[in-house]
Amino acid sequence: MIDTYLIPLIKVLFVLNATLVGVTYMVLLERKVIAWVQVRLGPMRVGPYGVLQPIADAIKLILKEDITPTRADKWVFTAAPIIVMVPALITFAVIPFGPSVNLFGREIPLYITDINVGLLYIVSVASIGVYGIILGGWASNSKFPLLASLRASAQLISYEVAVTMTLVSLIMTAGSLSMVRIVESQYEMNLWFIFVQPVAFVLFFIGGLAETNRAPFDMAEAEQELTGGFHTEYSGMRFALFFLAEYANMIVVSAVATTLFLGGWLAPFPNVGWLNFLEFIPTWMWFLLKTFVFLYVFLWVRATLPRYRYDQLMRLGWKVLIPVAIANLIVTGIVKVIL
Amino acid sequence: MGEAIAFYVIAALILGFAVLVVSTKNTVHAVLFLVLNFLAVAALYVLLTAQFLAVIQVLVYAGGIVVLYLFVVMLVNLKRPPEDHSAPQRHPWVGFALSGVVLAQLAAILLFGGFGAATDSSVAQNSDLALNNVERIGMLLYTDYLIPFEVASMLLLVAMVGAIILAKREL
Repeated sequence: MIDTYLIPLIKVLFVLNATLVGVTYMVLLERKVIAWVQVRLGPMRVGPYGVLQPIADAIKLILKEDITPTRADKWVFTAAPIIVMVPALITFAVIPFGPSVNLFGREIPLYITDINVGLLYIVSVASIGVYGIILGGWASNSKFPLLASLRASAQLISYEVAVTMTLVSLIMTAGSLSMVRIVESQYEMNLWFIFVQPVAFVLFFIGGLAETNRAPFDMAEAEQELTGGFHTEYSGMRFALFFLAEYANMIVVSAVATTLFLGGWLAPFPNVGWLNFLEFIPTWMWFLLKTFVFLYVFLWVRATLPRYRYDQLMRLGWKVLIPVAIANLIVTGIVKVIL
Repeated sequence: MGEAIAFYVIAALILGFAVLVVSTKNTVHAVLFLVLNFLAVAALYVLLTAQFLAVIQVLVYAGGIVVLYLFVVMLVNLKRPPEDHSAPQRHPWVGFALSGVVLAQLAAILLFGGFGAATDSSVAQNSDLALNNVERIGMLLYTDYLIPFEVASMLLLVAMVGAIILAKREL
């Protein structure tokens, strides 16, 4: 009873809440990091160094008037932010934060579930999120959101092909679709997959930037061209859901990249003897640290690189990333057969 | 018991969404009901411990193909009221008769096709299936069903070439 219902329920509640808090603080972190890059201070007013800013933002967004345009398609308009947010959150069900820990005399694995199609589950759930963006733009019944949502969805579908193709070559290396198994096989090989599949890593990261609609691929919300993007007509908490889903997706991509390429919860270089002292840091801490590195790179890229033009973006996706991903897949297959 | 309840609830959802797909006036809503229908079918696969099929169902149908449907439906201007369907070549009773024939066919397959009650060995296989879903399907696809699998991929390739030729008359 406790093992089948209570513990998973507690884990789900914990992970959901931790994610939501993480997401709100990602917003603050982004503002701070970009401010530091641009030699500014960033938010400083609410709390010391602005640490309470996310709470102030949340209160503001909840209290704002919630407007539905009169010509909008009400049901779809309401559903769109939810459709964007839910897939981003349920992905965390299969992400392993660590192997298992002993808590109160119980062996508790640090993941909600380990299904044998874990990686495919993440890919397929992420593909549902596209609907929220398309429908949000369409239901607003307004020109710019429609254009932005068409752009965004074309971009997401194109890059999804490249990313999925990349993941196939990684699955061939790992020999499993289960997220826990992928980390374990990196442990058995004594090698993180970033060193085995460097091309796949680069492709996945570029694809991840595009899939989360982040700079330099943030065509969907190119302010100069499209006012606000697909969520122009949204206000208050519904806008916040779109906004937070983007950050939740960033965390998902970072966590998946950590699991697949950086050895998940493993301490670095377990085969190098004098680095064994690193083991004193708990496994979940390693996972969070590596995820944080990725999140920081996301922000760093946004502060550094200018936006791509739309045709360049599509050309990069279809004419560079997908062919390279296919070539990588073929090479992986050949190497796998020879060895 | 719980499994039976889950099955009937999911089956009812599938049928309900299917009816809504064909009865809704707004085409975008119809496409959305189609997505929900596919998701319910995926839930049914999970109930049959075919997680791999369920995930692929969501990825390919709900996440891939229907997005493209949605594109087409959104870009075609559907703000006008639906046109009067009084074309002389349309005969609703032909459709009804055809669907009746298909229904009879499916019922006949179920009744006489030797799909008996699950035996003990198939239940034992099922628990194995839950553990090694992907491996089992891969084995089947590349041994027993190799030729149908390859023929299906050829069919998709031909369809793709055809679509490109139709869309771009001058290459």
